[in-house]
Amino acid sequence: MFSNSPFFPEQASSFARDVDLLYFFLVALTAFFTLLIAGLVAVFAIQYRRRSPHDRPDYVVEPKALEIAWIAVPLAIVVVIFFWSAYLYVAINRPPRNALDVYVVGKRWMWKVQHMTGQREINELHVPLGVPVKLSLTSEDVIHSFYVPAFRIKKDAVPGRYNVAWFEATRPGRYHLFCAEYCGTKHSTMIGWIDVMEPAQFQAWLAGGPAGASLAAAGQKLFSDLACVTCHRADTQGRGPNLEGVFGKPVKLEGGATVIADEEYIRESIVTPSAKIVAGYQPVMPTYQGLVSEEGLLQLIAYIQTLKGPGGEAPPPVTGPEPRDKAQGPRRP
Amino acid sequence: MTTLEPQPHQPPPREHYLNVSYGWKSWLFTTDHKRIAILYLASVSVMFLLGGIFAALIRMELLTPPGDLFQAETYNKLFTMHGVIMVFFFMIPAIPAVLGNFLIPIMLGAKDLAFPRINLLSWYLYMTGAGFTLYSLFYGGIDTGWTFYTPYSTVYSNTHVVSAALGIFISGFSSILTGLNFIVTIHKMRAPGLTWFRMPLFVWAHYATSLIQILGTPVIAATILLVALERVFHFGFFDPARGGDPVLFQHLFWFYSHPAVYIMILPAMGVISELVAGFSRKRIFGYHFVAMSSLAIAALSFLVWGHHMFISGQSAYAGLVFSALSFLVAIPSAIKVFNWTATLYKGSVSYDAPMLYVFAFLGLFTIGGLTGLFLASLGLDIHVTDTYFVVAHFHYVMVGGTTMAYLGGLHFWWPKITGKLYPEGWARLAALIVFIGFNLTFLPQFVLGYLGMPRRYHAYPEEFQVLHVLSSAGATILGVGYLLPMVYMVWSMRYGRHASANPWGAKGLEWETSSPPPTENFERQPIVNQEAYGYAPIPAEAHV
Repeated sequence: MFSNSPFFPEQASSFARDVDLLYFFLVALTAFFTLLIAGLVAVFAIQYRRRSPHDRPDYVVEPKALEIAWIAVPLAIVVVIFFWSAYLYVAINRPPRNALDVYVVGKRWMWKVQHMTGQREINELHVPLGVPVKLSLTSEDVIHSFYVPAFRIKKDAVPGRYNVAWFEATRPGRYHLFCAEYCGTKHSTMIGWIDVMEPAQFQAWLAGGPAGASLAAAGQKLFSDLACVTCHRADTQGRGPNLEGVFGKPVKLEGGATVIADEEYIRESIVTPSAKIVAGYQPVMPTYQGLVSEEGLLQLIAYIQTLKGPGGEAPPPVTGPEPRDKAQGPRRP
Repeated sequence: MTTLEPQPHQPPPREHYLNVSYGWKSWLFTTDHKRIAILYLASVSVMFLLGGIFAALIRMELLTPPGDLFQAETYNKLFTMHGVIMVFFFMIPAIPAVLGNFLIPIMLGAKDLAFPRINLLSWYLYMTGAGFTLYSLFYGGIDTGWTFYTPYSTVYSNTHVVSAALGIFISGFSSILTGLNFIVTIHKMRAPGLTWFRMPLFVWAHYATSLIQILGTPVIAATILLVALERVFHFGFFDPARGGDPVLFQHLFWFYSHPAVYIMILPAMGVISELVAGFSRKRIFGYHFVAMSSLAIAALSFLVWGHHMFISGQSAYAGLVFSALSFLVAIPSAIKVFNWTATLYKGSVSYDAPMLYVFAFLGLFTIGGLTGLFLASLGLDIHVTDTYFVVAHFHYVMVGGTTMAYLGGLHFWWPKITGKLYPEGWARLAALIVFIGFNLTFLPQFVLGYLGMPRRYHAYPEEFQVLHVLSSAGATILGVGYLLPMVYMVWSMRYGRHASANPWGAKGLEWETSSPPPTENFERQPIVNQEAYGYAPIPAEAHV
């Protein structure tokens, strides 16, 4: 619906219709109340217009029931809108487990994208149709915001943290990617494209691109190039903790606190190692701030995610994504 | 103009606050709240003109998709200065410092505010703040947006952030002192018989506003200080490279700047209450509900700041709480709109220029308020935040609401302030032009925003052009509508007919003294023995 209208955005993600439905409801609500107020004002202003400069209207009784009604009715309406919109928000903020991971770094004034399989893009993002895509967003400098109107999604890329967004494209095509958070001189040129491709085409694109090493493999290389491995050894003898099987697990800190070793914890431990010290270790690690790029940090995190616990199998080879449900084929709107 | 007086050419009173003394010293060292109001009127008018010129330049650039009129850097400075000047130096002081300053002591039957010299200090602080901000403007400008988001403002921007921030910091104290002055005056200086629930709703609205000013403004002052410290001395408050948190800035900034929105709209609501009563010659329907809704808005205003950050990565639970609380603001706002509308029922409604602004306000504020529901809606805000939808929404509230009320109020009290009548025909024409121009400027921006046009874009993809052209066309009409009153009001100060004490036949203490009032406001101490808006006797059983 409205796909050809110059006054309405395309609907190209699984959320688009739901968001638009709430939008239309609110447009109708706004029109109703605006016309109600404008109509009442017009009727009263004409009916009770001043007929003589000496008009002195009488006191009008103010029924309490009326006051209660125009408190209760708006309250009931906003409660409904709250739950409706909250339901949408929770869905938009909860990526499915089988989503395809994509890492995005905002930088003045471009979007840098890394796929798990190693493809890197600038101001372009190729994604398969009908597959949920999870974006981990960060920034190298100031705050940016990843905005795809056709998908109805937007999420800030904040330096120093990883924000997550996700979408599932439902219509092949090229869609605008905007930076929506003002980021300086050339903010309005920080525009890219999302290319939604049929899954088969997407596989061909993955195969045809100049894929280097996978993200995790690049991280592994960085891990040895930066000599992380000299301290973070695969046994318990290193000066730093063994990282095998750490990702996603609770870590005991000096002082008794516990944190979950997620992306932000790993990032912080590389950039500001002294912020949180693992119990039983000395604060001897130097900072790697400025030595590793944001993309490099993402590669290291991807590598650490693949490290299994002691005695576990080797990191699994990274392959291209599979469509979520091959039997049904890509989902159509 | 509907006047009750058969002889409009009666001579003015022999001595009043305007002719009691002459010379620049008698103005710059005055402690008379009425003269200080005039000083503010001149200052905010200059700022409004300046902010308006920036808006016109912005709209000119946006006529065409490529950034062809200005450099990107210049454009970014234009929208920053438009925002900084309009928010901090026009919207926030306009109604309280001009109309509030002039009217609150008179409406209370007092000779002046509680602290007349602090009142003058407020104006000097405002001027000093404006001076610093204008300094950054003329010596290269500032390009951070009026929101000063970190780490852009503290690390990356190469413009005059510190001096502009210092200007806002200083003018913040002007706002705090004005709020303090109003609160003390309202508590301590009401005329005999003027109980709390006999006060005009204009005073109630300013009381609520003042609470926000003294509780919220110190937070923005502290926040701006942190920005300056990080920028100059490289402290790590907000810069992640120094261990800071950029989102912390947003929490602090919006903790003030969302309540600041109510600093702008609450006094406007107070003006509308006076105008609706005056031009329908009726007591405001549901007086107590309207008075209390101002306090409810002031209280809720401090609990909703997180709705500016639904996509910043703040926790989803925080998002849910902030969304729910934001929806609640709709209730007191709805109470007001319904009660104003009901006041017209069985009234004696006239169509003088101030009332035309009221009609415009009721329609535009309703749209502005209801589009706020779109933005409080979590799942929908994700799509529309940081787009022209937000720009349209807050212009409907700030320009369609506050500026309409300010202009309406200025026309309503103009005879009292200057002792002269403005030309009614021109004024009605201007009100009509403003209404048409405003809608043509900002309605297309709602459509643009939903279409996905991000705000603060110097250049934009071609598919957005039609709507931008409509918006720019509307802005030229709006500009004419704003220039007209500036011309005919200045004209009326010299050539306007003399106003009587009560040209509108309105109720309220300000209409019981002469126009313009004497320096001490009243010849004799007024004594209040009836409810506000006593157009008709209230039956005993109706008393609450």
